Amino acid sequence: MNDAPPPLIELQKVTKIYGSGTASFQALRGVDLSITQGDFVAVMGPSGSGKSTVMNILGCLDVPTSGSYLFQGVPVEQLDRNQRALLRRTYLGFVFQGFNLLARTTAQENVELPLLYRGEKLAARHQAAQNALKSVGLEGFGHHTPAELSGGQQQRVAIARAIVTRPQVLLADEPTGNLDSKTSHEIMQLMAALNKDMGITVLMVTHEPDMAEYARRVIHFRDGCVERLQHNGEPD
Amino acid sequence: MLWSTLLLAMREIRRNVLRSFLTMLGIVIGVAAVITMVTLGKGATQAIADQVSSLGSNLLIVRPGQRLGPGATSGAPAFKIADVQAIQEQIPLVRAIAPTVTRGMTVVAGARNWSTSVNGSTAAWFSTGSWQLAAGREFTDAEERGGQAVCVIGETVRRELFGTQDPLGLNIRIKNFSCEVIGLLVSKGQSAFGSDQDDVIVLPLKTAQRRITGTQDIAALRISIQDEAAIEQAKRQVTLLLRERRNITDNEDDNFSVLDTRQITETLSSTTKVMTTLLGAVAAVSLLVGGIGIMNIMLVSVTERTREIGIRLAIGALEREVLLQFLIEAVVLSSLGGVIGILLATVASISLAAVMQLPYLFDPTINLLSFLFSAAIGVIFGFFPARRAAQLDPINALRHE
Repeated sequence: MNDAPPPLIELQKVTKIYGSGTASFQALRGVDLSITQGDFVAVMGPSGSGKSTVMNILGCLDVPTSGSYLFQGVPVEQLDRNQRALLRRTYLGFVFQGFNLLARTTAQENVELPLLYRGEKLAARHQAAQNALKSVGLEGFGHHTPAELSGGQQQRVAIARAIVTRPQVLLADEPTGNLDSKTSHEIMQLMAALNKDMGITVLMVTHEPDMAEYARRVIHFRDGCVERLQHNGEPD
Repeated sequence: MLWSTLLLAMREIRRNVLRSFLTMLGIVIGVAAVITMVTLGKGATQAIADQVSSLGSNLLIVRPGQRLGPGATSGAPAFKIADVQAIQEQIPLVRAIAPTVTRGMTVVAGARNWSTSVNGSTAAWFSTGSWQLAAGREFTDAEERGGQAVCVIGETVRRELFGTQDPLGLNIRIKNFSCEVIGLLVSKGQSAFGSDQDDVIVLPLKTAQRRITGTQDIAALRISIQDEAAIEQAKRQVTLLLRERRNITDNEDDNFSVLDTRQITETLSSTTKVMTTLLGAVAAVSLLVGGIGIMNIMLVSVTERTREIGIRLAIGALEREVLLQFLIEAVVLSSLGGVIGILLATVASISLAAVMQLPYLFDPTINLLSFLFSAAIGVIFGFFPARRAAQLDPINALRHE
């Protein structure tokens, strides 16, 4: 063993089979993966390669059919629904392709939502949400509803919502999929900055090579297996 | 957490004001209907009790013949003045007894005429019927004995015959004789049976027998009793005495009837109670329908907000937190409906009671009960949709369009 820090996330021979019998479909065919604290990883691959499945498992939204997923040494596959929800609310932040903000709800309230479930006090929620909005460059946009914001601004709100709890890991599922290329680069720069400045581990699915450039490592998936690992070196 | 969930539910209701209102409407109408029905029913019962007691308390009404149905009586001999004397002398429980004859006829005063109920009775008529005089005097013993042509009139008769004139000392023509008005009765208003109690003229019994009926017959006896508790006993004694005087053998039925006012009250209020219960039950069904309406909308809402539920679950909401959110939303909706229903019922009851001339009696029990019931409906009918929301799979929910 070397003296590198123990991995934050470790997948061991993870498989995932959807359905059963003849209708079954094997999405993952034994994936081994380890991600350390502070890493910035992009997952790439054609559709059906299993990259979304692996993200769902890493995000504790789904459990593997076999194999083991250790998050900070905890075997996630042995946790029940509620325990995984607690793990998500404590350690993980999510950013989605479709932004997934609550409609007709202000940016401020959207960002406060995870804190609400953590039972934070009103004043603390307000302060934390304002700080988070400020760190994604949306200071003063708190009272706007998603319908009043551009796509890029909505995704910033979503990122603010994901980081407001100061999570260990930010999981982003095609965060730039619905954005034009200029806005996409702005979002990626923001995520890179969060990774660098706040030390948040970032896991991102994308199929745009431009966006994967921002990551330190790129994992290529094909047919439910890790095809190859690519190191980009330090960004910037 | 509970407080913020409550705020969340309120915001969700505000967000869709029209739909929330329509959802609540079933509960609103149900609660309002139940409370209004029960309140008005209670008012009606109270009104009947009041009106029957205005007939005179502790009163027995004895008529010849048995009542066979509305208006129909079997033929039987009338009472005589000797019967009245016998009852008065032999039954100490009797306080006063008013033998009465009644005819409906047209009376004339000046250029006006009016069709009314002309009664012949003794001065006991006033005490047994709880009548008071607004002006003038009752007839004296001398007038009673001599069969003088004097009369006391009710408010309606005064209005119809004399208008704004003071009737005292004026004459009314009844059949073919003239009769001096010596007294005016205090108005009693409508009776429990819907007739106008003030549409009445009273003459001394002898006057009426001599000049109107032309016989010594007495059509009815109104007997007031010393002590309310003894009314059953008095009724038995009167019955026994009359059976004896009318030579009825043991295996024959009475050929007269004895009614007491309490009995009338009980009969009438039991009828209104049955009606109230019935109407209340029908209204309660509408509450149930309202509950199903809430479940329906909550299910639609869960489907509509599947994505939102997915977001909440992904962010780390626990199953029970999502369940609680939707359950509280349903309970807030139905309780709010209950509160609006209570307000509506209060307005409706007060105005309907005024229109129907019933007293408005606020009944805290039925109000509280209806509110609790509406909240319970929220819990019962909200639980299934809420559980469905809580058990959604976050991945599928997020993918939902």
